[in-house]
Amino acid sequence: MSAPSRTLATDILEATGINPATCYQCGKCSAGCPMASESDLRPHNVMRLVVQDRREAALSEQSIWLCLTCETCSARCPNACDPARVIDAVREMSIEAEVADMPRNVAAFHRAFLEQIRTNGRLHEMGMVMEYKLRSGDLMKDVINAPGMLSRGKLSFRAERIEGVAEIKRIFEKCGVTP
Amino acid sequence: MSRIGVFICHCGENIGRTVDCEAVTEALKDHPGVAFTEDYKYMCSDPGQQLVKKAIEDNDLTGVVVAACSPHMHEKTFRRACDQAGLNKYMCEMANIREHCSWIHEDRGEATEKAVDITRTIVEKVKHNQPLESIHIPVTKRALVIGGGIAGIQAALDIADGGHEVVLVEKEASIGGHMSQLSETFPTLDCSQCILTPRMVEAYQHPNIKLHTWSEVEKVDGYIGNFTVKIRKKARSVNEDLCNGCGDCQEACPAKRIPSEFEAGLGNRTAIYVPFPQAVPNIPVLDRQNCTLFKGRRKGLAKDACGKCKEACLKDAIDYDAEDTFIEEEIGAIVVATGFQLYSIGREQPEGLKGYGEYGYGEVPDVIDGLQFERLASASGPTAGAILRPSDGKEPKTVVFVHCVGSRDSEKGISYCSKICCMYNAKHAMLYKHKVHDGRAVAFYMDIRAAGKGYDEFSRRAIEEDGAEYIRGRVSRIFRDGDVVKVWGYDTLSQEQVVIDADMVVLATAMRPQDGVRELAQKLSVSTDEHGFINEAHPKLRPVETNTAGVFVAGACQAPRDIPDAVAMASATGAKVLSLFSADELEREPAVAIVNENTCIGCMNCAKVCAYGAIEQREICTVDGHVCGHVAYVNPGVCQGCGTCQAVCLSKSVELQTFTDEQIFSEINALCYWE
Amino acid sequence: MTDVAYYPGCSLHGTSREFDESLRAVAAELGIGLTEIADWSCCGASSGHTTDHLLGVALPARNLALAEAQGFDTVLAPCAACYNRLSAARLAIATEDGLAEQMPDILGHPFANSVDVHNAVELLRDASVTIEEKVAATLAPNPLEGVKLAAYYGCLLVRPFEVCGYDDPEQPTSMDEVIDACGADDVDWDMKVECCGGAFSVSRTASVLRLGRAIIDNARSHGAEAIIVACPLCHSNLDLRQKAMAQRGEEPMPILFVTQMVGLALGLAPVDLGLGRHFVDTEPLIARLVQQAAKRVAAEKLAKEEAAAKAAARAEKQKVGVAAGTSGAEGGEAQ
Ligand SMILES: Cc1cc2nc3c(=O)[nH]c(=O)nc-3n(C[C@H](O)[C@H](O)[C@H](O)COP(=O)(O)OP(=O)(O)OC[C@H]3O[C@@H](n4cnc5c(N)ncnc54)[C@H](O)[C@@H]3O)c2cc1C
Ligand code: SF4
Ligand code: SF4
Ligand code: SF4
Ligand code: SF4
Ligand code: SF4
Ligand code: SF4
Repeated sequence: MSAPSRTLATDILEATGINPATCYQCGKCSAGCPMASESDLRPHNVMRLVVQDRREAALSEQSIWLCLTCETCSARCPNACDPARVIDAVREMSIEAEVADMPRNVAAFHRAFLEQIRTNGRLHEMGMVMEYKLRSGDLMKDVINAPGMLSRGKLSFRAERIEGVAEIKRIFEKCGVTP
Repeated sequence: MSRIGVFICHCGENIGRTVDCEAVTEALKDHPGVAFTEDYKYMCSDPGQQLVKKAIEDNDLTGVVVAACSPHMHEKTFRRACDQAGLNKYMCEMANIREHCSWIHEDRGEATEKAVDITRTIVEKVKHNQPLESIHIPVTKRALVIGGGIAGIQAALDIADGGHEVVLVEKEASIGGHMSQLSETFPTLDCSQCILTPRMVEAYQHPNIKLHTWSEVEKVDGYIGNFTVKIRKKARSVNEDLCNGCGDCQEACPAKRIPSEFEAGLGNRTAIYVPFPQAVPNIPVLDRQNCTLFKGRRKGLAKDACGKCKEACLKDAIDYDAEDTFIEEEIGAIVVATGFQLYSIGREQPEGLKGYGEYGYGEVPDVIDGLQFERLASASGPTAGAILRPSDGKEPKTVVFVHCVGSRDSEKGISYCSKICCMYNAKHAMLYKHKVHDGRAVAFYMDIRAAGKGYDEFSRRAIEEDGAEYIRGRVSRIFRDGDVVKVWGYDTLSQEQVVIDADMVVLATAMRPQDGVRELAQKLSVSTDEHGFINEAHPKLRPVETNTAGVFVAGACQAPRDIPDAVAMASATGAKVLSLFSADELEREPAVAIVNENTCIGCMNCAKVCAYGAIEQREICTVDGHVCGHVAYVNPGVCQGCGTCQAVCLSKSVELQTFTDEQIFSEINALCYWE
Repeated sequence: MTDVAYYPGCSLHGTSREFDESLRAVAAELGIGLTEIADWSCCGASSGHTTDHLLGVALPARNLALAEAQGFDTVLAPCAACYNRLSAARLAIATEDGLAEQMPDILGHPFANSVDVHNAVELLRDASVTIEEKVAATLAPNPLEGVKLAAYYGCLLVRPFEVCGYDDPEQPTSMDEVIDACGADDVDWDMKVECCGGAFSVSRTASVLRLGRAIIDNARSHGAEAIIVACPLCHSNLDLRQKAMAQRGEEPMPILFVTQMVGLALGLAPVDLGLGRHFVDTEPLIARLVQQAAKRVAAEKLAKEEAAAKAAARAEKQKVGVAAGTSGAEGGEAQ
């Protein structure tokens, strides 16, 4: 007998323990998805692409980056398909395959966020915003109402840096992630 | 010395393809004790059987081994042939060289060797076979039917019409089951009450049917043809012989606001009540849980707080001190027809089920289930057939029907399809559109399952002629927003989110087995599936039998069923019971355990492990009649021949007559030491 | 009462420091000891697990390991996002093949995955009896008495159920119980568990505005005077983004952390609860509530006095009656 060939579905099964074939395309996930109106692919469409082994289409789809991980879909799926987790896994594969079509600002946000953690161990909002602006190219937009934040003592210019920064760097390395 | 005939079958190509049958014949020819060998293309055919018979007569055979298919297929055939040829039929055994050999191997050489081994072991076994006699057990020709829904009623009528007595036990106050609650029935839209009530009355008046309502089965002993059944008649507090059904007590009862089970909570009843006007029998029961008098007694009041019904009853039929009574019936066959219940839309769920928080756990009054809709649509219902929503009694202009609620949802505990809801949803959409012409009926479905005569046409009619809007997709959330019930769905065909402001929502909830059915099944020694439905003995070939001989199953207690299915099953059980009752005695194979009283030490270990309760303790006496000890005794009517007792008996005193230790050891020896 | 390990998370040290301030103030009142985990680090929030599953587990696990090493068996993570990440990591390590073995190497620390994770709502719900008692014992009139408040749980406190599990995922009640314990009136509304836009706060403000508006509108239409949250992300999405909504002429809706609410009921000063740090000004609301409460108390006092006076008058009359020998059954019973 020949070894079963690798498909997107078997990869997902391996990565998440979820068998995408259990999805019967009922659409309950997409019925409650808060981002459905803004995405071209809704959670049940992603499940469908996975089952059909349309790897390219799934991995390079921009919509997967619009999922908020709110878990509404997964909480209500009648078959425990956990679309939120599947989308997470597809995103990971998409980054790995270097075909991710993240909207520029979403990508910028995640990178800026992770970079902050890697260098300080904690998030420094001001630093992150600077970094985000550079990465997204959205230099002018005041994304978080910085003056308001400052006046309310919610932002500080100084970053908190933890003592175990080396440990954080080690974690990033061991997980093979470079922001 | 044995003279055994060995007959090897080719089964056309089935065995011959992989097993060299001639070689097997050759190998067995000189096996000690074998007096005759022969192979043939189809041993089970008439010429094949003739061949066996002739060989027995010609060679004076003392035993027969047919190396062919599984004994399940043809053991009976060849035993009959032996019987006809004058050889005790239990001297005939089959060696399975098809299922156990030719079908599962590819290498002809190896398969042939294995076929020889298999045949040899059986020859060795047959050397130790003893001529046995079939077991004859008497049959009590009276049937018990548990559950008085349409299935139970039909089974009872068929058996009673066949000339035998039937005891019909129903746990509610009236027979009729769920069918009595329905408005009109798919696929013909005839009025449910109109076709049911005559049957209910017929069952009640039938001279052969003894009806016990407000009763339950307490205990079942015995075995096929010989059951003893104890029935608990729950305290009705109304003397059935005196009451004439005038209803004066109901009129007088001050406790009037108890949610009526019959009206699915949409109407009220009194504490002493007849569940519905056409109830059979038309005799009330007193619901002690809700009765003012009994509430008072429970609180320890010195004086009774009520008593109005007793005052009103001119027949003096009411007895507040009535207690549960028990009756025992001798029964030959049992039909289980306990039906179903709907998946609850409320927050409280039985173990293993989660319920629908996203649909509001039924806390929104205008979210109802299918049976409630039946009551709204029913001419005899709380709204006299007008579709009015529960919250404010307004006519809903948009009604959403949601398919598969609780069904096909492994996350919420039920993976199966309830089979009937696609049909009754179509029916509901239709009935609604017939009554509210300017109304909008929207159904959210996943697949339309309408396989049945006239069924698909029926559900198409709802869409094509009555204008029901069908949207393919499951609903994500249902909640009350002011005056409307919001439904968030998705149309997977047009690929868009759909939000509907409904006035009322009907959830087609799953069909589940009745509560308490597992306990009942235990009393009957029948098995249930993971959901609690009664298991049939074989899904295709024995659909209305259970794995306990003499116990049959009909209707929605076996799986989700509609009325035609339930009635067909009921009539099938009727036929089974009548054929069982057609003889005075039952013949059974002697594949039962037997105790050697001389060696049995009376430890009764066997009785502890017997799953069928077949082993009893029996006293033994000295010649002069003094009791000097006790031994085990196997009731051959109950024993199922599983062999468990044989494995645990320390003194090697209990054995299956057809699988003695000696037989089994010779088989093993034949395998291990022959060459 | 034993101490719990306190994991503030980045937000409570930064943009939501009022959550931290009010939590500490309330915990002190309720006698709950909080010990901040030394050298804690960021849980990675959604960026962690969105980018890499293992990273999404390892970043929170470091903090669980620290708490474990510092001798705790329970971690309090008030921020719903941190709570969710910490609990999810705990569950993943317990159930997914190989993760438990990998952890010590990745973290560079031994790790037994032995600490429980709780959120602030859970903590307060479990303390609701104490809250009720303390509120009753507070001298100042309770400004929250009878005030309609909408409990907003969002996603991360209740989903996935396997991870959170302390409350019903679709119809949660824990925060409503805390609202009731404070003497306020929990609003039965529809958007308790809908998403506010979470991590898109910065990157897709338009989405966040759309979702936030639906939540605020629904709370308002059900009569809520404020929305109670237990998540910095929810708070900033609902509070900060109202600026854009206000520009369209919509009424502001104050958004309070659950701890701030409890603090108010316990009579703590708004400034100590960080109530001045919000974008939607909480002052008008609080001023109104305080006034209302004072009036109510005054009215109650008056009513009591009147009732007492009446009772005294009646007693007086009766005495006279008894003296006159016209005692009826009533008088007899009173003896
Ligand atoms: C909303 C709805 C609409 C439907 N519409 C249609 C339709 O239009 N057409 C159609 O063909 N079918 C329809 N059905 C299906 C139909 O109701 C069932 O097929 C039918 O009722 C099954 O009959 P039954 O006798 O097997 O079970 P039931 O009707 O459930 O009867 C079982 C009886 O057994 C009794 N019982 C239960 N446990 C015990 C016990 N332990 N001891 C003694 N008695 C017990 C019960 O009290 C009950 O009287 C509908 C079902 C629903 C829910
Ligand atoms: S993932 Fe689940 S909810 Fe979504 S379509 Fe598939 S089965 Fe339905
Ligand atoms: S987790 Fe993502 S896909 Fe699922 S409902 Fe939320 S936003 Fe939609
Ligand atoms: S009043 Fe008496 S006779 Fe009439 S229905 Fe009631 S119990 Fe029967
Ligand atoms: S005693 Fe009173 S409450 Fe009870 S059933 Fe009779 S009339 Fe009704
Ligand atoms: S019959 Fe139809 S509605 Fe009922 S469970 Fe099956 S598919 Fe769903
Ligand atoms: S063979 Fe099985 S059924 Fe028969 S008596 Fe022994 S244990 Fe019981």
